[in-house]
Amino acid sequence: MSAIDPIRFAFPARVLHWLMAVLIVAMLFIGVGMISTASPTYPLLLSWHRPLGIAIVVLALVRLIVRLTHRAPPLPADLPMIQVLAAKGSHYLLYAAMIAMPLLGWAMLSAAGSPVQMWPGFVLPPILPHSALIFGWLRWAHGVIGYLFFALILAHLGAALFHGLVRRDGVLGSMASFKAR
Amino acid sequence: MPPKPLSFVLPRLALIGAVLAAVAGLFAWAGGWLTPARVSGGSVANAIEANTGKIFPGTRRAHAKGLCVSGSFASNGAGSTLSSAPLFATGTYPVTGRFSLAGPNPGAPDGRNVFHALGLRFTLPGGVEWRMALDHTSTFIVSNPTDFQALMVASTPVPGTGKPDPARMAAFLAAHPETARFMAMMKANPLPSSFSNGTYYSIDAFRFTSAAGATQAVRWQFEPEDTFAALDKSKLDQMPNDALFDEYLARTRKGPVRWHLMIVPANPGDRTDNGTIAWDASHRKIDVGTLTLDSALPETQGKCRDLVFDPLILPPGVAASDDPLLAGRSAVYSASFRRRAKEGPRADPLSIHEGAAQ
Repeated sequence: MSAIDPIRFAFPARVLHWLMAVLIVAMLFIGVGMISTASPTYPLLLSWHRPLGIAIVVLALVRLIVRLTHRAPPLPADLPMIQVLAAKGSHYLLYAAMIAMPLLGWAMLSAAGSPVQMWPGFVLPPILPHSALIFGWLRWAHGVIGYLFFALILAHLGAALFHGLVRRDGVLGSMASFKAR
Repeated sequence: MPPKPLSFVLPRLALIGAVLAAVAGLFAWAGGWLTPARVSGGSVANAIEANTGKIFPGTRRAHAKGLCVSGSFASNGAGSTLSSAPLFATGTYPVTGRFSLAGPNPGAPDGRNVFHALGLRFTLPGGVEWRMALDHTSTFIVSNPTDFQALMVASTPVPGTGKPDPARMAAFLAAHPETARFMAMMKANPLPSSFSNGTYYSIDAFRFTSAAGATQAVRWQFEPEDTFAALDKSKLDQMPNDALFDEYLARTRKGPVRWHLMIVPANPGDRTDNGTIAWDASHRKIDVGTLTLDSALPETQGKCRDLVFDPLILPPGVAASDDPLLAGRSAVYSASFRRRAKEGPRADPLSIHEGAAQ
């Protein structure tokens, strides 16, 4: 721990952050991995991808409520304005991506006229009418936003490590510390 | 208290950079960028497009020429001892389908010695579906997607002759006797004279699970009520361009066309992992119900064009076998679908007569 004892994110916010970190990173690797192969790994990963995506959007909505009902720790007062803007902007984008990506997946399969299967025998209802052209563009967006989401997560990780290892200003600990006080 | 001045800033930054590079590297590995030889739905679709030499926008990369059909499946209940699939519960279920001919050209002539194929979508309660992609042959030309991609590459016409490089093709066939065997079989076997009198096979094995939990490897086939007749293969090139499709439209106007879904359980010792190996004639066949197709429409009017007949869209009680062709077909059909969908519906309608059956 740094010399500064930071105000931490609320306990549910920290739990949700790390649970979703694992799920979202796994999801991005599953997504990019499944379309990279025509082996039996493809349908296996695809069968994980859909229920995992729905789990992520449900958790993201819970997390949004937690975020709106709990005070987040303030950023360090000496943080340069550009970094403050980057921090705030990137967090809006992270929330947008973790809610939009699963909904895009659901919408695109709906437009494809394909069953949105969670597991054998359980299928979510379509949220868009059948339209191949809309499917084509939503599927394209799902891929492009997926890569941008991964880039954003890399930047988020880099910034977190920069706070923890170089600035040592307590920002990393505000999310990463679970020590009892 | 002022914070202690930070030492080792550069190594710390280097460490952060190394962590980010490692994560990005793992991501690149997962995505296949570090292994360009990895076969994906997209890479097979690329090989098909290169083999074709052009793209027909908005059409399937294979089996481009098609006709939409619809009707119903009446289940007699006999399948429910083998699989808990809702389709096997006694009752009638709506079906959408598509007859097609192999090849990437939606305007190609019908008089070719190629796959006659049937895609089917069974709509079941609760949004559950069962989709099938069936061919008029009981086996396939290769056993896995890697070989299919290699076949597409080997059979790509070369500049100058406009034909595949004979040496390359011979090398592929020497390495793949199953492909040579399939091609000889295609040459020797009769072609159905109509979409209505062909038998359509699942090609791949699947795994059924009964309500009691018993599993059973199966293949299946749709056997026609119309009597089989063969095309005269010596006169294929004299057939009108859309002879088969127009004939089927005319056949539908005369009355519904019917097939029986025959489930073929595997015998002990049957290969379930290889779609190039036929199961012999000794197999038990169980008639589980009747497919009735009573309507046919050109793709521009029907409801099949914008569906993917992915053989891994399965109901509970049915699962993929260990046949690697299944995942390959699923991945490649999906790649074809996402490409053609974004291109938008085909602008030029087919020549197939638009005077559809009622």
